[in-house]
Amino acid sequence: MEMMFNVILLIMLLLTAIGLVRKRSLFAVVMLSGIYSLLSATLFIALDAVDVAFTEAAVGAGISTVLMLGTLALTTRDEEETPPKGGILPLLVVMVTGSALLYATIDMPNFGDPMAPIHHFMAPHYVEHSGVETGIPNIVTSVLASYRGYDTMGETTVILTATIGILAILGRGRKRPKKLPHRKANTP
Amino acid sequence: MSTDLLEQVSGHFNYWMAVILMMVGLYVVLSRHNLIKKLVGLNIFQTSVFILYVSMGKIHGGIAPIYVEGVTEQPVFSNPVPHVLMLTAIVVGIATTALGLSLVVLIKKTFNTIEEDEIQASLDKKRRKP
Amino acid sequence: MKNQAIYREVAKLMMPFILMFAMYVQFHGDFGPGGGFQAGVILAVVYILYALVFGLGNARHVTPMTILRFMLAFGVLLYAGVGMVTMFMGGQFLDYNVLSHDPAHGQHLGVFLVELGVGISVAAAMITIFFVFSGQEH
Repeated sequence: MEMMFNVILLIMLLLTAIGLVRKRSLFAVVMLSGIYSLLSATLFIALDAVDVAFTEAAVGAGISTVLMLGTLALTTRDEEETPPKGGILPLLVVMVTGSALLYATIDMPNFGDPMAPIHHFMAPHYVEHSGVETGIPNIVTSVLASYRGYDTMGETTVILTATIGILAILGRGRKRPKKLPHRKANTP
Repeated sequence: MSTDLLEQVSGHFNYWMAVILMMVGLYVVLSRHNLIKKLVGLNIFQTSVFILYVSMGKIHGGIAPIYVEGVTEQPVFSNPVPHVLMLTAIVVGIATTALGLSLVVLIKKTFNTIEEDEIQASLDKKRRKP
Repeated sequence: MKNQAIYREVAKLMMPFILMFAMYVQFHGDFGPGGGFQAGVILAVVYILYALVFGLGNARHVTPMTILRFMLAFGVLLYAGVGMVTMFMGGQFLDYNVLSHDPAHGQHLGVFLVELGVGISVAAAMITIFFVFSGQEH
């Protein structure tokens, strides 16, 4: 049952992605990417990652779509009908990279295997002791805010920096800076 | 032999699909001229990484990593570490996507197009003129 | 959508509930799925809905950009501030055990403050980004 959900959702994701590649109308592309986010959020619930699913649904399907639509309103609605860049070269690159990555997955432990190495380093400590050490029932929250607090602080700083960047690129300052008077004198 | 093959397929299907989705995203980034479509391609690429990580954290028969109240014997939880990593990655992803979109808007204002080849053509024209 | 009565009324009806849900996700994140990141995004959704229905001018009037910029920095500062306080109280950076007599209680307080910082920062960031994008001239 678990596996069936997985397979169906992954195939739906692939179909959405293929539709997304083929569509020329950017409006349809943005809507499909919203659907893609919602589908992947459902997949995350099937994989027990409820916090990730919640975030993906709110961010990917919500805010991301709104921002993309805002950009479409400012730029253009349609992609131009041009042949793919570089002929078959991108397809070749993708094939080679993809087969290398597929070859690499053969060595990975089976899906859902409790003996996989990933489940035997740090994770057992969090699962067994975080309830006593932090008193927080949600293990994801306790790892996010307490055990990996540095990490989360860094991520918050990244968001701050990205917003400052957006304000610098598009935000209009309160005063338009006038031409500096001394600059004129310096240039010969 | 056939059971081995079946186990191999069912044990790696999630990883294979993650790789295929990643390659679809990469293909969009490499082959399209339109900058918004490229950003959507990057989003697909990014989500495939989330799927790969979260798949690795799953344990058969496990449940979401939240303690159950009033039970002395806790059930099996899926690994919470990949969840934490991906949770922060999603929010950082939207921040960087927004930064990319703002650059697209700026490019539209400067070149009056968001097709890569047209931008290149207008740059070449500018270079040839003086 | 400024002159559509139904949109306006439904939006007015929904906004307090979305706001309450954001608060629930923020403060109940210790016990169920949720936390600062999600709550910040949901809070931003309220502003986006308001701006879509009542116009960007009104939305900007509710929360001026100066306040948003302040909140954006304040969230990160609150996070780092909790780390500094734990250092001054004799622990290591972001070691919440020293915040209270009981380590578990200290952890609770620390995680609460840190998540609040994340929530404020993310909400302010998302609202700022939306305002900047929708405030552009065509």
